[in-house]
Amino acid sequence: MTTQQAAPASAGTEQEAWIGRRLPRVEDDRLLRGNGRYADDLGLPGTLELAFLRSPHAHARITSLGTEAAARLPGVHAIWTGEDTAALPPLLNRAELAVPAGLQEALDPLVRALPMPLLAGEKVTFVGQPVALVAADSRYLAEDALELIDVEYEPLDVVVDPEAALRPDSPRVEESWDDNVALALDTTVGDPQAAFAEAACVVEEEFRAHRYVASPIEPRGITAAPGGYDGRLTVWSSHQTPHRVRDTVAGTLGLDPEQVRVIATDVGGGFGQKGVLYVEDLLVPFAAHRSGRPVSWREDRNENLTGTAHAREQTHRISLAADAEGRLLGLRDEILVNFGATTITGLVVPYNSLCHLLGPYRVPHVHIDVKAVLTNTTYTAPYRGAGRPEAVFAMERAMDRLAAKLGIEPAELRARNLIPPEAMPYRTGLVDRAGNPQEYDSGDFPELLRRAVDRIDVPAVRERQRAGEREGHRVGVGFAVYLEATGLGPFESARVQLRRNGRVGLYLGTPSQGQGHRTSMAQIAADALGVPPSVVDVVGGDTDAVPFGVGTIASRALVTAGNATHRAGRLLREKILNSASARLGTPADELTVVDGVVLPLKSADEGAGSEAPEGLPLAALVNSPMTVPDGLGADLSETAHFRPPGFTFAAGAHAVVVDVDTRTGEVEIERYVVVHDAGRIVNPMIAEAQVTGGVAQGIGGALYEEMAYGPDGQPVTTTYMDYLLPTSSEIPDLELDETHTHSTLNDLGVKGLGEGGAIAPQAVISNAVEDALRPYGAVVRRGPLTPHRVRALIRESAGERGEAERPAVPTA
Amino acid sequence: MKPAPFDYVAPGTLPEALRFLADEEREVKVLAGGQSLVPMLNMRLARPELLVDITRIPELRTLDVEGDGALRIGAGVRQAAVAVDPAVSAGWPLLTEAIGHIGHPQIRNRGTVCGSLVHHDPAAELPTAALALDARFDLSGPAGTRTVDADDFFLSTFLTALEADEIVTSVRFAAQPHRTGWSFEELARRRGDFAAIGVAVLLTRAEAGGVDRARVVFCAAGSRPLRLPEAEDALLAAEGPERLDDAFAAAGAAARARLDPPSDVHADAEWRREAAEILLVRACNRAWERTR
Repeated sequence: MTTQQAAPASAGTEQEAWIGRRLPRVEDDRLLRGNGRYADDLGLPGTLELAFLRSPHAHARITSLGTEAAARLPGVHAIWTGEDTAALPPLLNRAELAVPAGLQEALDPLVRALPMPLLAGEKVTFVGQPVALVAADSRYLAEDALELIDVEYEPLDVVVDPEAALRPDSPRVEESWDDNVALALDTTVGDPQAAFAEAACVVEEEFRAHRYVASPIEPRGITAAPGGYDGRLTVWSSHQTPHRVRDTVAGTLGLDPEQVRVIATDVGGGFGQKGVLYVEDLLVPFAAHRSGRPVSWREDRNENLTGTAHAREQTHRISLAADAEGRLLGLRDEILVNFGATTITGLVVPYNSLCHLLGPYRVPHVHIDVKAVLTNTTYTAPYRGAGRPEAVFAMERAMDRLAAKLGIEPAELRARNLIPPEAMPYRTGLVDRAGNPQEYDSGDFPELLRRAVDRIDVPAVRERQRAGEREGHRVGVGFAVYLEATGLGPFESARVQLRRNGRVGLYLGTPSQGQGHRTSMAQIAADALGVPPSVVDVVGGDTDAVPFGVGTIASRALVTAGNATHRAGRLLREKILNSASARLGTPADELTVVDGVVLPLKSADEGAGSEAPEGLPLAALVNSPMTVPDGLGADLSETAHFRPPGFTFAAGAHAVVVDVDTRTGEVEIERYVVVHDAGRIVNPMIAEAQVTGGVAQGIGGALYEEMAYGPDGQPVTTTYMDYLLPTSSEIPDLELDETHTHSTLNDLGVKGLGEGGAIAPQAVISNAVEDALRPYGAVVRRGPLTPHRVRALIRESAGERGEAERPAVPTA
Repeated sequence: MKPAPFDYVAPGTLPEALRFLADEEREVKVLAGGQSLVPMLNMRLARPELLVDITRIPELRTLDVEGDGALRIGAGVRQAAVAVDPAVSAGWPLLTEAIGHIGHPQIRNRGTVCGSLVHHDPAAELPTAALALDARFDLSGPAGTRTVDADDFFLSTFLTALEADEIVTSVRFAAQPHRTGWSFEELARRRGDFAAIGVAVLLTRAEAGGVDRARVVFCAAGSRPLRLPEAEDALLAAEGPERLDDAFAAAGAAARARLDPPSDVHADAEWRREAAEILLVRACNRAWERTR
């Protein structure tokens, strides 16, 4: 693994001791020894365990619901049904469903919001929808009680396929609507019609991004306790946005938000699935509030695979127009998104797809049409990449089809169309998700691709293809280049506090689900303050610690909370110097903080060799108001907020070589190269792990994972025997490289990188497999590329004329 | 995913276990390694009222080679123990190889050989190996003991000749002929998964150089392990080493033509047929190399 040396800091601070260092994660010792505390580990006395009765039907009317027998079961304390929750406001993710003013003005989109009843009322619209909630002495008893709840369903006609949902005669998921269209908008840049008319080459294809699921290793978990010592409702949740949980729970239960405290516990992965509110997030606190007892719900895997957000399912009818040299003239795309049974996050995913479709390429004329429909399937929501992997799959597949048609090497076609670094900041002509003109702040996309191409050695792969592999095998090479708007607003908070023992508390609105914030955020605070990171204790996601917060979603924590930390740290440093100035009688501007000790600037400059300088340890500055009459030093803390002025763009190029066994359809990844650019890197080890994890999930989507439905709306891959996650055995060693074009939109120069790794794998692997199968004329239009699907591609392609014939030599 | 209520006993002797099984009031199920039963309990697909854990019965925990040279594996013996047993790998290497395909070490540490056989998932490796090796099952019940051949034991998916009040106490494998080569090949979606298609092959080399005896048994190709006589006949027709490739190809073609496998989310029937042919040829080559 090679990495380029980090570029000099742009932050303008005199000490950059810790940012950029490969510090081991401080959280690992505790987590690896099993000392983590997850939402299910609290063990509050008297806790009732909860279980949900979930719909077995994709679409049905509830004609009767009887709970008497279940309620009689010893150990069962309460059963709630739709009747009990009907008076509560239904679930509506307001922040996600809101349409920014600029976007509304520019595009006038149709965005329908379908509030979801907390428990099903008259009908159910997907398998897995909560119908009743049981509180019992144990989960065992609660599940026994579920079997005794007597529900009669009258099945209704079902629609699963999004194309079918568009037809006028389709069953309607929401009966009060006149069709299933939940979202519709289109956008035009330039004159695409003219561009296509004059193009030397046009390709038109349909690509389908299939449905798969985030699959955090820890399913969701919530413990809620009413009253307690401070009279408030406390919720411990494995959630990515605890402040939103606080506000929504309060709104649902009719409480003042300050009467609710939400604490994000240790969390075993979120990936976006825990970044949105679902009915369970409200029903568990409701059960505590109603029963007056602590309650706990731990989602099991079956629930996670059926009842919690799925992701990715989109169809793209995409066309590219190019001149004879392959320079892009225009793009057209019709995107159809399967929302599932409700509009859980509205524009978020479809609009992300729209505004990442052009990616790092210069495309002068564009028309993109987006529709999203309701179907009788589990609702879909953001999952690592959130609309970007789908868009990149469509665009990068289309680029390969164009390259094939023009007879140009795919990497060369890309190089001819990448936006050069000197064109930054670059405006695409689209409107971004915040409603502003979309502007790429920085990036050197050609360099990313150049490095990926250099590592792969394309001529060597072409030579192998000409020479032929061992019998039945074909190699293929693929590329994909993508970018990602990171650092979503509107703001994030950080509070830093110097404690009496000289340690520093850092409180953030962003909880960690495994990202290593306790390490990376401590590195940022350490540099801002002049302390070693080992004295910084990071607390993310306790609503009592910072009153305002957004959360850890959308590749934003480092950009927003990181810069808020930097600001708060600098402010506190100033306060510390002023406080020390009063104590030492030295002007503040002649003091500095080094390694947790306030020193005169002069002695700090002298460095080693001279006698140990007189210093004031930070702990000495925190004093009781009794000893410092004016109170100076009794509270050394600062809070800062960061409101990003716009999205900062991370980018990457992936390249793979695959070996396809054309007889069995097995795909083996021989090499997987990632060159990524997330600006300035705070901790290279954590950054590499983030990229690696993202790629692993992307490989899962490309080759293994699919949430499949039968035509009756029954999900068929509802256990890990049928829904296949890649394990370490399936993930090849990655070759990682990185560049660092610093963000121009924040002091630290950082960009988000949580999602990046997951964005390109499906595109790049599909490109490589199609490259391997080029002699057969196969076109990869959907995934996952399972052995039987690859074999079907080969069989169905016009090129196959029986196994005896050798495939033709590739021309590309 | 919590099981319905059940009682649990762990008797120390076989007669005691059989008495529990004779309970006519309750649905009783034998628990050994629990690697298939426990997930089914948790998903409430199986709802026995009494579980009889047989892993504490000393006489079931033995693995030995008997006087007649047959291998006897007791019902309490874990797959991992069989996999590392030198007598097994010397005399019944097909068994060793088949166990290597089962799940992951944690699963093999818990799972028992007899448990997997009695569970009879047709995609599992052990029933297929058992049929290929002409295994014999020792059953104990209220009426005494009986012995059932593998071919009569496996009836249909999750169904065997075992009666509700009986226990498989051991499975026996006769000594294999000299110059017998073996191979267990499978294609699974991931390492450790159930086979999407798999085949066990045993070939015995004739003095003259051809094939004396052949066994071809597929897993994940139907509702039980499937022995394929057409493929075996094709292999027996090889009269000398120079005709072996043709014989292997003919056996593979027979598999593709004769098998009628199911379609599911992991693979469709067409793929299974194609893959069966490739796997069988691969397995024959490997088995033949091992006849030396």
